[in-house]
Amino acid sequence: MADNDKLIVAGREYHSRLLVGTGKYRDMAETGRAIRASGAEIVTVAIRRTNIGQDPDEDNLLDVIPPDEFTILPNTAGCYTADDAVRVCRLARELLDGHNLVKLEVLGDEKTLYPDVPATLEAAEKLVADGFEVMVYTSDDPIAARRLEQIGCVAVMPLASPIGSGLGIQNRYNLMTIIENAAVPIIVDAGVGTASDAAVAMELGCDGVLMNTAIAAAKDPVGMAQAMRKGIEAGREAFLAGRMPMRRFASASSPLEGTFWQGGS
Amino acid sequence: MTETFRTIRVTVNGSQRELAVESTLEALLEALGMSGQRVAVEVNEQVIPRSDYPRTTLHDGDDVEIIRAIGGG
Repeated sequence: MADNDKLIVAGREYHSRLLVGTGKYRDMAETGRAIRASGAEIVTVAIRRTNIGQDPDEDNLLDVIPPDEFTILPNTAGCYTADDAVRVCRLARELLDGHNLVKLEVLGDEKTLYPDVPATLEAAEKLVADGFEVMVYTSDDPIAARRLEQIGCVAVMPLASPIGSGLGIQNRYNLMTIIENAAVPIIVDAGVGTASDAAVAMELGCDGVLMNTAIAAAKDPVGMAQAMRKGIEAGREAFLAGRMPMRRFASASSPLEGTFWQGGS
Repeated sequence: MTETFRTIRVTVNGSQRELAVESTLEALLEALGMSGQRVAVEVNEQVIPRSDYPRTTLHDGDDVEIIRAIGGG
């Protein structure tokens, strides 16, 4: 891929358009191997209570994915109100020494994990006003995406299907509309199940894909991380190359002239 | 009995804990074996900057949350 084809988020350049989560892995070692195999530079983490009385020598996630090597993207997963999400982001900023890039998600429902869009808009406004750079998980609604961009979010991240479902890209026309309208990166966040899904998202013109379960829940997470890396790259290159137009009927690849036989329809 | 023997009750990550009067946040983290670890702390829902741990005195009824980064998507 062209060296100058970079993902730019909040003024920082990234070579990889694959963003990965760190949840659901068997252990820290597997997490580290899969994330390195994915080539991702932006890596999400969750913010939770420490276990009081745990082994102080236990591996810390931030030792496995050091903040000086990766862009750590703390999320607000599990928050169902704007205030809870803002609270988590403020703690994350302190945890990461003032690093103010966050992944905002305010959920509406445990069954679908669909975003609560009004609460997401409210939280985004508060976070932007407080100096955060907000990458925001949202529905595939083009109007919601536009509002979030207007508020000042640095990336808008619509779902392709429900979080952790692996159902793939179920809303390609919505995604295309969101992409066409946007001046900030559009990153598919949620729903990708396998490498072809990642390629499809990139072929549509997405600026990147964020995924977790598709890698972590594969039989071989490290192998799937490599496959996803290639899927993202292939899809991006196909997008840049510009696909052929679709047509309903056939168009022969071999010349029609110069045939020397008599048969035909 | 002098004041120094009195204790306060604070909630740390949802559990009640007794501390000596005038305990600082720094002392609490040390007692929990968390000094120097990658954590962030809130007292009564206000984030306390790391540099303020030594001068943050805890009071009876305070609600302390100590958080860290874990795996998530």
